[in-house]
Amino acid sequence: MIAYYVQIALLGFRRSPGLAVLMIVIMGVGVAASMTTYAVFRAVSGNPLPDRSAQLFVPQIDSLGPQRGTPGNKIPDELTYADAMALMRARAAQRQTAIYPIADTIVPHDDAHRAFAANGYAAYADFFPMFEVPFLFGHGWSDSEDSARANVIAISRRLNNVLFGGTNSVGRMVELHGRDYRIVGVVDGWNPQPRFYDVSNGFGFADEPDFYLPFTRAVDQHLDTNGNNACSGSTKAVAPGWDGWLHSECVWVSLWVQLPDAKAVSGYGQFLRGYADQQQRSGRFHWSPQVRLSDLMTWLDYEGVVPPETWMSLLVAVGFLVVCLVNTVGLLLARIMRRAGEIGVRRALGASRGDICGQFLAEAALVGMGGGVCGLALTGLGMLGTDLLFDPAIARLARIDARLVAMTLLLAVAATVIAGIYPALRAARVQPSWQLKSQ
Amino acid sequence: MRVHPILAALRQHKAGTALIVLQIALTLAITCNALFVIHQRVARLSRPSGVDEDNVMVIQNQWVGDADAKQRSAMIAADLETLRRVAGVVDAFSTNALPLSSGGWSKGVRYTMDQVTATSPTAIYFADDHALSTLGLHLVAGRNFTAEEIGQVGARDSLLAREVIITQALADKLFPNGAAVGKTICLGSAPPSVIIGVVDRLQTWIDSYTETWVERSTLVPFRLLASNSIYVVRVQPGRMAGVLRDAPKALVAANPLRAIGAKDVETFAQLRADVYRSDHGMAVMMGVICLVLLATTAAGIVGLTSFWVGQRRRHIGVRRALGATRRDIFNYFCTENLFISVAGAAIGTCLAVGLNLLLVDRFETGRLSLGYVLVGVAVLLVLGQLAVLVPALRASRLSPVEATRLR
Repeated sequence: MIAYYVQIALLGFRRSPGLAVLMIVIMGVGVAASMTTYAVFRAVSGNPLPDRSAQLFVPQIDSLGPQRGTPGNKIPDELTYADAMALMRARAAQRQTAIYPIADTIVPHDDAHRAFAANGYAAYADFFPMFEVPFLFGHGWSDSEDSARANVIAISRRLNNVLFGGTNSVGRMVELHGRDYRIVGVVDGWNPQPRFYDVSNGFGFADEPDFYLPFTRAVDQHLDTNGNNACSGSTKAVAPGWDGWLHSECVWVSLWVQLPDAKAVSGYGQFLRGYADQQQRSGRFHWSPQVRLSDLMTWLDYEGVVPPETWMSLLVAVGFLVVCLVNTVGLLLARIMRRAGEIGVRRALGASRGDICGQFLAEAALVGMGGGVCGLALTGLGMLGTDLLFDPAIARLARIDARLVAMTLLLAVAATVIAGIYPALRAARVQPSWQLKSQ
Repeated sequence: MRVHPILAALRQHKAGTALIVLQIALTLAITCNALFVIHQRVARLSRPSGVDEDNVMVIQNQWVGDADAKQRSAMIAADLETLRRVAGVVDAFSTNALPLSSGGWSKGVRYTMDQVTATSPTAIYFADDHALSTLGLHLVAGRNFTAEEIGQVGARDSLLAREVIITQALADKLFPNGAAVGKTICLGSAPPSVIIGVVDRLQTWIDSYTETWVERSTLVPFRLLASNSIYVVRVQPGRMAGVLRDAPKALVAANPLRAIGAKDVETFAQLRADVYRSDHGMAVMMGVICLVLLATTAAGIVGLTSFWVGQRRRHIGVRRALGATRRDIFNYFCTENLFISVAGAAIGTCLAVGLNLLLVDRFETGRLSLGYVLVGVAVLLVLGQLAVLVPALRASRLSPVEATRLR
């Protein structure tokens, strides 16, 4: 029966090809606009660490007070060095790491390469197990190396390829900021998107970091942060030099903790509250300090990781698809009315209302499939254009995969069939006697 | 033209009429907001930075290893001398941050040290006596820094500027009723600094934070001694390509202990294109969507009207036989379309305002002004009339004899 519907539908298309092509192209354009923007949206709004994200939390403390001077007067995204160190020392979570970004130079020890700039992070040993960082060779450093302020480093696979031709470099030395560090591990191409642990510095969609070294060592070496440093909370001038800055009210250190269950979360929440209250009692804060403890996905949302352009273009594209659908309903209706005579004959020859309805739904599905294929081609074109529209770092994340292809086809067919329901019902209501008489 | 027969006929085609009305309404809602977004974005990316962008370029330099303040200062001074000797270079200075970049330094400005809340934020640019001429800024009051006034600041030292130069926008904000030159302001938690000059314009960096104070900048007489240095270079007109190639080479030849990557040498035109990329992209996308949307709606109107004309062949024939002129028939379809368009426009205006409220709520865009809605309504009414033109002409050309004959 369905084969027969399809046959009739194809006959109908051959009779008025212009209308059929118009419907297919309009559906195709609508679907392509939606899927292209959705692909970008999907790329930026995904969960970077699906199996661990519910256990990872960011504590925040309002160390700036009511006149924060931060954008939107929000409580600071980062902590002061003193607060971060106090929370690290307390070890109130299962795992914890303070983090800050570093930009510096690496000097290769062969004569073939010149010094080049490299980006990395200062972190604690827990960083690697906590964020499930995969290693190609070796492993992260240990807690004892944190406390020993050891000059160890973990490098990326890419840096390992550049410096050591991809061989196992564990135990060898790399020169960073004019000093040698011993390699303990080579990270195997790890760059979660968005880079949840550093979204507040604008590195959410940056290239893979080149290295990781112990936070304690980095601070000893006066390796400066490459991220935000907000000092608006300091009511008195920052004491000069590196140590003055460390002990200032400037916020620049991110902290991440792993809390395995609800009990641990509420426990840490109380601990954080207690710490902040104690700081107020000690006279450091002249206000009742807010605290926040956000899990990974809440944090990404709070930080507005999905750029407004992405939201807005998705919204507009979906609106556009709705207009295309309304348009298709109208055109399908016009087609059906034009073929009222044919429907009358079929009904008179014994076709039931259900048959007529089924036939026109089959036609709509065919248009949908055509629209889907057309939309797929246009989505492919749209992907080439995403870097004109979005930040290139974000645009390159959007790609066509099997899921997107399936979704595009499904969306096109489902949308067109839904659009076809009303016209099909109208077609089924055509009066055979009236139509035959008017012939 | 009598209205009643048109309304009666439309009542016969409730579904088709409702669909066109809905489509016009949605199109209007999206088009108005898209036009509004386009206008906002274009306005944003056409703002002048104050810099002579055609003739200024930037080199970001990362130093290898540590150096004490004296060494670092000497290295920067040597680099500036090297840059000024490159063929085609007019002048150069070193700074901490750039307009048209995506981040920078800011401080809260206070009149006195004990003022609790800052009067305004301001972007901080490190400058020397060559800064104004290199960037191409114009002093509108006061004077430039002298070479003796230029101090040195480590990356984590606090900023204690004795003299500052501010922009006209910041001067207007701080001292709306008089000259700023000679007055004092406090930057962050620092003791007062004297304003020695005012420049006409210098933008802050570009992001959502600086949006409301984008021209309130302050130049401080310092050289930044940090692990990286940013050099701003002014080039003779037409010699940009040569300097882009030669300047980094000259720096590396003079002192190889540095890293200057491929992306670290840029013209201000490139900085502008990068920082406004999403604004530009948004404007283009909204424009394309608008055009496609209007085309789709026009196609829908042509399709449905053609169908109606086909369906009403006999009615048309009867009316023509009873004395209606071709012009009457033509007018009939045009007026019918006008009714539908006006109904769509009325609903669309409400939808447009609703969509705008959603955008305001979610993305903090501005309120849609009535002008956009009026333009949108006008565009859609004209579009509707144009779309109905062909089917209406075809209807008016039907001969009464043929039209009344049985098909």
